[in-house]
Amino acid sequence: MRTLEVAASPPEMELVAGRPRVLLDVPMHYCPGCTHGIIHRLVAEVIDELDLRARTVGVASVGCSVFAYAYFDLDFQQAAHGRAPAVATGIKRVRPDLVVFTYQGDGDLAAIGTAEIVHAAARGERLTVIFVNNALYGMTGGQMAPTSPAGMRTTTTPDGRQARAHGYPLRITEMLAGFEGVAYAARVAVTSVAGVVRAKKAIRAAFQAQLDDRGLGIVEVLSTCPVGWGLDPVDALRWCETHMVPVFPLGVFKDTAARPGHAPAPTGRQLPRADPSPARMLHPAPVPAPIGRQHTAPAPAGVRTRRP
Amino acid sequence: MTATGTTAMPPAGARVLMKGNEAIAEAAIRAGCRAYFGYPITPQTELAEYMARHLPRAGGVFLQAESEVAAINMVYGAAGAGVRVMTSTSSPGFSLMLEGLSYLVGARLPCVVVNVMRGGPGLGNIAPAQSDYSAMTRALGHGDSHGIVLAPATVQEAVDLVRPAFELAERYRLPVLMAADGLLGQMMEPVVLPDPVPPPPPPPWATTGGGRRRISSIYLQPEDLEAHVRDLVVVYEAIARDEAQAEAYRLDDAEIGVVAYGTAARIARAAVDRARHEGLRAGLLRPLTLWPFPKGAFARPVPRWLVVELSAGQMVDDVRLAVAGQTPVAWYGRLGGVVPTPVELLAAIRRVVREPGEVVA
Repeated sequence: MRTLEVAASPPEMELVAGRPRVLLDVPMHYCPGCTHGIIHRLVAEVIDELDLRARTVGVASVGCSVFAYAYFDLDFQQAAHGRAPAVATGIKRVRPDLVVFTYQGDGDLAAIGTAEIVHAAARGERLTVIFVNNALYGMTGGQMAPTSPAGMRTTTTPDGRQARAHGYPLRITEMLAGFEGVAYAARVAVTSVAGVVRAKKAIRAAFQAQLDDRGLGIVEVLSTCPVGWGLDPVDALRWCETHMVPVFPLGVFKDTAARPGHAPAPTGRQLPRADPSPARMLHPAPVPAPIGRQHTAPAPAGVRTRRP
Repeated sequence: MTATGTTAMPPAGARVLMKGNEAIAEAAIRAGCRAYFGYPITPQTELAEYMARHLPRAGGVFLQAESEVAAINMVYGAAGAGVRVMTSTSSPGFSLMLEGLSYLVGARLPCVVVNVMRGGPGLGNIAPAQSDYSAMTRALGHGDSHGIVLAPATVQEAVDLVRPAFELAERYRLPVLMAADGLLGQMMEPVVLPDPVPPPPPPPWATTGGGRRRISSIYLQPEDLEAHVRDLVVVYEAIARDEAQAEAYRLDDAEIGVVAYGTAARIARAAVDRARHEGLRAGLLRPLTLWPFPKGAFARPVPRWLVVELSAGQMVDDVRLAVAGQTPVAWYGRLGGVVPTPVELLAAIRRVVREPGEVVA
């Protein structure tokens, strides 16, 4: 006869994962496959882990993340298009004990708001900037952005982005990394588990730069826009890796915490620094193939994408 | 040392000779303003320079922005964080601030904006003008946006209006504009400065951390936005009812009433006195608020009005609306930064009395 031993009480359970405290349990409006949700979660996890909720104010921008304020259990201000760094400057300057971050897309930060981010960085504002780059204007339906790679089909570049007519992709993070006022500048991609882990480390480092009063911290996150790109979510992740990463190299471009005598950079440095040579800046190679619904081949099943 | 920390300033109550721009800045510090964001532009730059020298000593923040666009958005951030904040500019810069002002209205944020007007359009010049009247009173940028517009005529009056400007902004949660001009900003006059007051505590809606407060002007659902704008309209109506102000001078028996504000009103007052000296019964109606426009002040038995302004005819529209066709309205204006003399205005008054018409320029 077998006797079944029954525990007197349920075993102790440890919660090892869950919703971050500052990420609200509400449906998000983002399209299927969009990576804003991942990036929101990473920001929320970092705020939780650094125990910053009581003194953090977010600044939402204009674009797909216009409603970012609806998803965080934080005080939030909504800024005019491109002006988030100026609004954040106003908050931080009058309440320096607050931790202030902006959450901006590439149209917002790299086009209409170029002056505001450049001068916030030049002044070394103690801000954290989450810069989500999906290579086009998602909210308005897929127009060319300053960050659209050469050849990319958008609704305003129906034959693909041509350098002669539309210019070259703008690498904001490399530019800002050269500013004395910038303490931390990195580009990450949330297209793989490893990439997500690196992105979180970078976001944490960018908040830490503000907490240490070292300067502005910016993390450019290469994101996907399956709807705007005309790709399914998995293909979109792959397209980001094959067409965006070559134009926007991943890596930590600056980290003042990594100076001798300081703690090592919290982000991985396995990626080479971006080549700043003029030739490369003028002629980003390889030139990605145009994308668009009519040019999209379905990804072969089982094909592994290259990890950044 | 005063409570504001401005050691260079004499005690409250003493008369000092100050430039308009600097006097407004000092009055703002004494009114509890603790943040200023601005950009250099003639003829208001001394206001920013004064703030740079004195505001940090009073425990406040001065920051020179990269543009008027950035400055007004820094004002937005600081106002949302619950601090008494202001900026100042001149006409081309005011154009750039209109976007931000619309957002400030939409998000119901208080602030004070001083517009030391200069000649336009475009780059124009740096001489005194009143040609931003419509830009300040018709709508602040896009949308159904309004802010209260105060129109001082002397440096003392500008000083006296600064604290009420902040208080009005906070009472109604809207921007308050001060319509000055290059003459008022640059002129030195003796002024008595007010006693300093401490800055107010942050209001409960301010994003001071730890809450789930929202400073925003987005209402995606049309019904929600309609309700939001209707709420604004209720505020506008309350302001129109309670805050419109004008000053009547020698109007009781007047055969002609001159209507002018700011610098034009000072000259008009001198012309009215000269006319009275000649036996011509002239008076002056001086709007102190341009928005709301003091329509009620026109309900008096003045047989004809003469609007005098340093623009191509902007306030005259409000006067015509106020009299609703019941009284003839003539107009005299100078443009491009030209400031008329009392003698020229006296001649215009005489002409209107002699041969009533629409325009006497």
